[in-house]
Amino acid sequence: MDTREKDIEKLKDYKYGFTTDIENIKAPKGLNEDVIKFISNIKKEPQWMLDFRLKAYERLKQLKEPNWQKPKYPKIDYQDLYYYSAPKSMKDKPKSLDELDPKLLETYKKLGIPLQEQARLNGIAVDAVFDSVSVATTFKGELTKHGIIFCSMSEAIQKHPDLVKKYLGTVIPVTDHFFATLNSAVFTDGSFVYIPEGVKCPMELSTYFRINASETGQFERTLIIADKGSYVSYLEGCTAPMRDENQLHAANVELIALDDAEIKYSTVQNWYPGDENGKGGIYNFVTKRGLCKGKNSKISWTQVETGSAITWKYPSCILKGDNSIGEFYSIAITNNHQKADTGTKMIHLGKNTKSKIISKGISAGFSDMTYRGLVDINSKAKNSSNYTQCDSLLMGNKCGAHTVPYIKNKNFDSNIAHEATTSKISEEQLHYCQQRGLNPEEAVGLIVNGFCKEVLQQLPMEFAVEAQKLVGISLEGSVG
Amino acid sequence: MSEQLLSDFDKLVKTSKFSNEEIQFKKNFLNNFIKKGFPNRKQEDWKFLDISQIIKKNISNLSYFNDYSQSNKIDPSIFVDGLEHNKIIFINGKIEKIDFNFEDRNKIEITDETKKDISFDYENSLIDLNSVFADKVFKILIKKNYSLKKPLIIYHSTNDKIKSTNINLRLNFELGENSCLKLIDYFGNNTEKNFINIFYNFNLEKDSILKNYKIDKFRNNNLKYSFNNIEQDNNSVSETFILSAGSDYFKNEINCNLNGEYSSAFINGIFSLRENQQHEIRTTINHLVENTKSYQLIKSVLGKNSKSAYQGRILVNSKAQKTDGYQLSKAILLDETSEFNAKPELEIYADDVKCSHGSASGSLDENSIFYLMSRGLNYQQSKELLINGFLMDVVEKITDVEIKNLIINIIGLKQ
Repeated sequence: MDTREKDIEKLKDYKYGFTTDIENIKAPKGLNEDVIKFISNIKKEPQWMLDFRLKAYERLKQLKEPNWQKPKYPKIDYQDLYYYSAPKSMKDKPKSLDELDPKLLETYKKLGIPLQEQARLNGIAVDAVFDSVSVATTFKGELTKHGIIFCSMSEAIQKHPDLVKKYLGTVIPVTDHFFATLNSAVFTDGSFVYIPEGVKCPMELSTYFRINASETGQFERTLIIADKGSYVSYLEGCTAPMRDENQLHAANVELIALDDAEIKYSTVQNWYPGDENGKGGIYNFVTKRGLCKGKNSKISWTQVETGSAITWKYPSCILKGDNSIGEFYSIAITNNHQKADTGTKMIHLGKNTKSKIISKGISAGFSDMTYRGLVDINSKAKNSSNYTQCDSLLMGNKCGAHTVPYIKNKNFDSNIAHEATTSKISEEQLHYCQQRGLNPEEAVGLIVNGFCKEVLQQLPMEFAVEAQKLVGISLEGSVG
Repeated sequence: MSEQLLSDFDKLVKTSKFSNEEIQFKKNFLNNFIKKGFPNRKQEDWKFLDISQIIKKNISNLSYFNDYSQSNKIDPSIFVDGLEHNKIIFINGKIEKIDFNFEDRNKIEITDETKKDISFDYENSLIDLNSVFADKVFKILIKKNYSLKKPLIIYHSTNDKIKSTNINLRLNFELGENSCLKLIDYFGNNTEKNFINIFYNFNLEKDSILKNYKIDKFRNNNLKYSFNNIEQDNNSVSETFILSAGSDYFKNEINCNLNGEYSSAFINGIFSLRENQQHEIRTTINHLVENTKSYQLIKSVLGKNSKSAYQGRILVNSKAQKTDGYQLSKAILLDETSEFNAKPELEIYADDVKCSHGSASGSLDENSIFYLMSRGLNYQQSKELLINGFLMDVVEKITDVEIKNLIINIIGLKQ
């Protein structure tokens, strides 16, 4: 009996009652209805959730993979992937930091990440003392006091089905594009946040503080709901480099802001970009979309993208409520053979809606950077305005920087302004810095940080310092 | 559609004097066009305005055959007054007259280039259509060191003897070393619903200068597509000005290859649109070698139910260091039904470059109107004055004083 058949055998077993140890469970390779039922079952999901997944799968069968993007990649065989595997047991995980790649440790050191955090990032079993006093536990209590729900998606489906049912798929419907629909069908886990009416979340929420958050897998699903008059700031990812065995990442992130609510979503992404020759690396095909549903609501995206072999994402805002505001701040850095096609969409539907886009792209080595954005002001979106600025910085003549904005203005009361520049670091600036005792790499780091300042400012304080260092590290070896 | 194409092509073969070789050549293009059809919004370059839909909506009986064996009478009333000029007159797609009376005839050479194949690196089925149904293609060569004394005006006109609803025009120009040509395309106000498809190919040798002015001012119901392919050698300059205001639909496409060092391209355009007009300018500037320059300025004034689109693309090859590229598009929306679309695109593979683009759109500035009204102008006058200044900015970029004044008069701007 070959492994595939064995897997199917397991699946059959499952139908008659599930007793196997969760740590050894793996769905058979490939994508089909049975696998989706398997995922849903193993997570003990209610019927409506399974229906949601199956509906997405039905739709997926009719969809074709998009191919208009700039970075091309070898064809992915979707039948050759595992769509569910249980978290690794402690046995398989590295036992101490000595077992890790020395290169990785060196980067940690440069970023100034404490030892305990390094261990946590790599899933090393931390000693009990650290775990019991862990910040995470303390924060959890504080959040419950305010009535904030912050848990994993699977937990939310069990404990807060009404909320999930009401909002899941309202911003990214199951009938969306290929990768989003794929996620809807097979997503494994992710974060769920609900901020009740009038509550200002007292701290920055981060996946890091969510217990058991480490292995959410390649199809992550995040849903954040800010009820009337609430505020939340959410951090995704971290500056530390992440190694992951899954090549394709197709996450979905949905944000919903009701009347007077504000959501601030910050991402720092530093996944494995592949080696210097462009071998390996992660494909980051994420769908992120926020809906400003209520009046006076605000959604702000901030992203620092330095990792992944291919980054292909457009965090968007649908400004439906009157007076709502959408913001997008982005730094994308590509080095070696990395490729990024990123930007945003601002869709103005409500009156007096405002949006702002600041995008900074830096490409070095043999990499390619594309900003692609859409600003669409609907005919009913009276008195709306948009401001877009996208700047690109090139290092060397083997890389590319591209800007592809789409601007649609259908309302005569509304203003759109767009600016873009492309340049390189001038010899004079470098000379000036070097004259004052900085080595060329430090000089470049300083100039690049100045170039990115407008975006870095938007990050929460403790994040910003690390991100600043990250910007410098990502460009190592690109000068001279 | 293919039956109509085939039968019209048969008629063309029967009435014209094309050689067998030429007919074979045209047949290939016919097959290409039948395969591809008119471009539609699924193609990125036609995303904003879908020409296949626009043609379908406006022209119910699309036919392609024009009898090039019969000559037409020239109506002198269409000629531009107040400017001495050379003429090329197209009537119903046929060249009726080529008149270089003001020039030294030894310095200008006109040859038949019907068989010359022009290949492009991007797909455009309208050029296939043009290649099939255009009459004999002539190349106008301006010889070395000769500058035309007077501008050349090309008149595009039709009369009631026209048989089809589609006209295809084509000309090739070659500007020898250190020569200069000022070319005006002048569109009349024939109001039939025709689809006019124009294709010019320019080859600019070292140090030559091309100035091309396209004037589509008078309100008419034609649908027009114009494609300029410009190849530029060292130190050559091309200047294109587009006044896009008259037709129901008008798309101007310019593909400019800066092949020689220190060559430069300037494109300036005005959209002034009203009721149901849909116009577009699409430019592609390919900076292929070092030290080249391009500059583009496009302004739109959009009235009721009108729509304009600007797609500008600057490509900088990895060899093209020290490139200077600039793009600016601005639009004033006068009515709640007007719409402006832009896609200013930069694709850059070299690091020592200066490239930027800007785009702004919105309504007239109420503060400026208030300022003018507080000084005694009425609302309408203030509005007109502001629009006048807005457009004047583009017209000021025209380097030829005589033609600039002509265009100012045609548009009715105040200086």
